[in-house]
Amino acid sequence: MAEKLSTRAGYGKALVELAEKYDYYVLDADLAEATKTVDFSKKYPNRFFDIGIAEADMVGTAVGLSSCGATVFASTFAMFAAGRAFEQVRNGVCYNNLNVKIVGTHGGILIGEDGGSHQAIEDVSLMRTIPNMKVIVPADAIEAKYAVEAAINEPGPVYLRFGRYDVPVFNTDENYSFTFGKANVLKVGTDVTVIAMGDMVYEALCASEELAKEGISVGVINMHTIKPIDKDAIQTAMETSKHIMTAEDHNVFGGLYSAVSEVVAEFGGKISDKVAVEDRFGQSGNRADLQKEYGLTCENIVAKIRNLMKS
Amino acid sequence: MLPNADLKSHAANIRANIIRGTYHAASGHPGGSLSIADIMTVLYFEEMNIDPKNPKMENRDRFVLSKGHTAPALYATLAERGFFPEEEITYLRKLGHILQGHPDMKKIPGVDMSSGSLGQGLSIANGMALYAKTNNHSYRVYTIIGDGEIQEGQIWEAAMTAAHYKLDNLVAIVDNNNLQIDGTISEVMSPYPIDEKFKAFGFHVINIDGHNFEEIKNAFSEAKTIKGKPTAIIAKTVKGKGVSFMENLAKWHGSAPNREQAEQAIQELTGGAL
Repeated sequence: MAEKLSTRAGYGKALVELAEKYDYYVLDADLAEATKTVDFSKKYPNRFFDIGIAEADMVGTAVGLSSCGATVFASTFAMFAAGRAFEQVRNGVCYNNLNVKIVGTHGGILIGEDGGSHQAIEDVSLMRTIPNMKVIVPADAIEAKYAVEAAINEPGPVYLRFGRYDVPVFNTDENYSFTFGKANVLKVGTDVTVIAMGDMVYEALCASEELAKEGISVGVINMHTIKPIDKDAIQTAMETSKHIMTAEDHNVFGGLYSAVSEVVAEFGGKISDKVAVEDRFGQSGNRADLQKEYGLTCENIVAKIRNLMKS
Repeated sequence: MLPNADLKSHAANIRANIIRGTYHAASGHPGGSLSIADIMTVLYFEEMNIDPKNPKMENRDRFVLSKGHTAPALYATLAERGFFPEEEITYLRKLGHILQGHPDMKKIPGVDMSSGSLGQGLSIANGMALYAKTNNHSYRVYTIIGDGEIQEGQIWEAAMTAAHYKLDNLVAIVDNNNLQIDGTISEVMSPYPIDEKFKAFGFHVINIDGHNFEEIKNAFSEAKTIKGKPTAIIAKTVKGKGVSFMENLAKWHGSAPNREQAEQAIQELTGGAL
């Protein structure tokens, strides 16, 4: 588990690696270095268009290309992809059910120093609420790569959220497989199951290992597809574990906690606790400091589970 | 080339069906639909390479009605051209029927792009034009934009993109009827001078009378000779054109005629009955 790589880097690699196998266009809005579309742009200049600092126009252009039969990746920061261009995504991409993959890099508080204006904590919520849209949040660079291929093969709109920082790569090409809408159950636990997305999957795995030492059995589900969500995996976890918990780098409203709650309620259960951004904006800081400030840590998951076990 | 008399008769039928549709729907946008009827007639009966029997033909010319609220004009034109039966016009905006309040590409034969939320059509037309360029398709892309609509900032983002990527297979037509919901465009938020703005953004610009068939046809011909830049046609039009009591009145932007008004309008347009 020595290697560390960002999920956006996984996206950039996938675009290049898959370019001979699949035919697609990539658009960017003056952030090709940051969203990692830059390598693709150099290798396939005929299939790459930089639209400049104009996210609404970028999504509109993607809609036009796609209406003629193309698969298109439209990439920018999550804040602008889901926020600035929300209505273009809604009325252009999703209303017409077009093959446009909206890519939001720099999702969540844990993108660090750029601060609250750039830390999208609403994107999963915004994208999830649009009919026809599907939402994927990969947990590491390997998963990001397979998620990109899955998005190509999934007809219609997909939102992909990637992170900025290098994070541990715990999946390997050999052991990993991605099935759209099917969660990866990483550990089965009888006391608690933590359903996590993105960076929080690794923190949940860490918490599970830590608590095993105390005899507490903690399962971990990597809910990489937030929509359509894997109801079976949630139902099974409810049957296997005494408690369900969620963990995400996203606002507590509309994201993973909400999505899992909807399913848990349908089955007549409840969520015991959660780790999420508690309805406040982000701020500047390094990743580690922000993790502590917003409780997005292995330690916080451990503490919350210890509390659950006391009650 | 169709004689202008034939174009005139198609345009009159299209205008009559704009009135019929909005009358039956008891809502909709007749004013701005009537102002583009002559341009729509030339596009669909003269200019565009399309096939009503094969609406998804790969190399067809594309059309985006960026000012999507004037869907009655698009529907009346598609019906007149034979994309679907004229009877559909009477079911405009009715539950379970194809003709939605705003254009819907998933439901209506001949509609290349859904629209309605203003400001987005030029970006989409750019995408279509880029696809043609990168796949060596010869089709051309046409979009009609409202003069009020160009208050939307995205239009100017898209104008930059069209010129930057040298989209000479793209023609943007601005329907300059000078009226928007809250009044004249000069009173509300003046976009003038429209021609100078598009020129500054890198377009070849042609000013025409949007009700003169010769001028409309000539503008489209001229656009085909322009290489390396997109064309903007600024068409001076009259909102409500062809219906005496609707001309140049902002109130007909978004209100439908009652039975008596619809009968009078159609009488004026074709001498026919509702």
